[in-house]
Amino acid sequence: MSAKTDVKKVLKGDFTYKSLPMAAMIINPPTSLEYKTGVWRIKKPVIDQSKCIKCLLCWVYCPDMSVIRKEDDSVEIDYEYCKGCGICVNACPVKAISMEEEV
Amino acid sequence: MAQVERLAFMGDEAVAYAVKQSNVDVIAAYPITPQTIIVERLSEYVANGELDAAFIQAESEHSALSICVGASLAGARVYTSTCSQGLALMHEIVYATSSMRAPMVMTIVNRSLNAPLNIHCEHGDIMAERDSGWIILFAANVQEAYDLTFIAFKLGEDPSVLLPVSVNMDAFVLSHSIEPITPISDEDAAKFLPPRKYEFEVDADKPITYGTMALPDVYMEFKMQLKEAVESSAKIFEKVVSEYAKLSGRRYWYYQSYMIDDADAIVMALGSTYGTLKTAAKKLRNEGLKIGVLALTMYRPFPEKQLAEILRNTKALVVMDRAYSYGGIGGPLYTDILGTLYRNDIKIPVKNVVYGLGGRDFKLDEAEAVLRMALDGAEAGRFDVNVSWWGVKG
Repeated sequence: MSAKTDVKKVLKGDFTYKSLPMAAMIINPPTSLEYKTGVWRIKKPVIDQSKCIKCLLCWVYCPDMSVIRKEDDSVEIDYEYCKGCGICVNACPVKAISMEEEV
Repeated sequence: MAQVERLAFMGDEAVAYAVKQSNVDVIAAYPITPQTIIVERLSEYVANGELDAAFIQAESEHSALSICVGASLAGARVYTSTCSQGLALMHEIVYATSSMRAPMVMTIVNRSLNAPLNIHCEHGDIMAERDSGWIILFAANVQEAYDLTFIAFKLGEDPSVLLPVSVNMDAFVLSHSIEPITPISDEDAAKFLPPRKYEFEVDADKPITYGTMALPDVYMEFKMQLKEAVESSAKIFEKVVSEYAKLSGRRYWYYQSYMIDDADAIVMALGSTYGTLKTAAKKLRNEGLKIGVLALTMYRPFPEKQLAEILRNTKALVVMDRAYSYGGIGGPLYTDILGTLYRNDIKIPVKNVVYGLGGRDFKLDEAEAVLRMALDGAEAGRFDVNVSWWGVKG
């Protein structure tokens, strides 16, 4: 009665009410990975690595897990999912992140 | 069909007994008059070890129904009961229950909604939830409240249905009246309702996301699924009632009726009023008057086709509503019937009698008067007034 969610087809509008899983339940999570929320962004956070002190506050505060923590505790932004909320900019104690216009 | 002794039960007690025999797994409820005795009895059954179920008293009806949804999605057989203000407080979750396709049975002991404060019989509480996607059944007496409880579990849990079912029972008139009932045996109950099987039960090793967000691009498709599920549950209802008839000897259907085949006029109602109308109709039939009485057992999905077949053959109709749509054109059953008549091209005079709000008694002589009024309408070919509020001092 409930089918797997084919997100690519859903996003293209290629579905009927019968092909969708019952009651919007998702039996093959995590389908949310297919939703690239980066396209929501108006401005993007850019990190000045020379100012970064590796405190990881931006990594803690990011509500979308779009700050990627690397082996040496330096950080980078995952622009596929970052919605551009700017919380990391606010959280950074050394003003190493700034919001820049998308080009 | 195993032999069983007749029992004398109050409506509430009969329902609790049926729930016990249905071998439920989870009961979450919050007591409210006049349903209190149902959950009281169930808590005793659990405490005495007669029923192996989790009995959870929530801090409100909103929480009680939320617990029920979770338990149902975990694959449990789930029961709750409420009425009036309690149902109103559940309202938000009532829609989530049907839309998340969480089957369960809820007895609604129909009672008026405030204000003014009143704890007595009225159908206003369920009518406020009419459009929620629940299957809605009405019992006309204590035996029916008992029987429909089993039917409701079997129907809602059917893998092709997966919907919550409400069994409606008139406050006090049935909930607190002692009537003799013939129960089914525990063995037959267990055969009719084997442990529930559910394909998508919560399992940490196979995670499923329930209750997701669906934005405008897909929302309507999910609502269409719900529409089809509710409508097609009627076919499963037919199968379930025939299976129940085999083990109980009692056959249920979308409606029940008395002498409608040759009736010049029909009076229809929901719930216990059917019994009153039927008794009055017997008297009129003895006088040679061709009156018929009709009551819906299944209100949602609405048995339009079956009703159209009946109403096509009569000359006038009185629809009795124990609820009202304020500012609308009449009571909820009346408007459903008007729609049915119009789109089935049936042109007969129809009158709406709104009665019994807040538990005002509807006595036998009043039933007789309504039946005579219906016959007058058949003879005249019209009714003078579309909607009349029965017995209101004006």
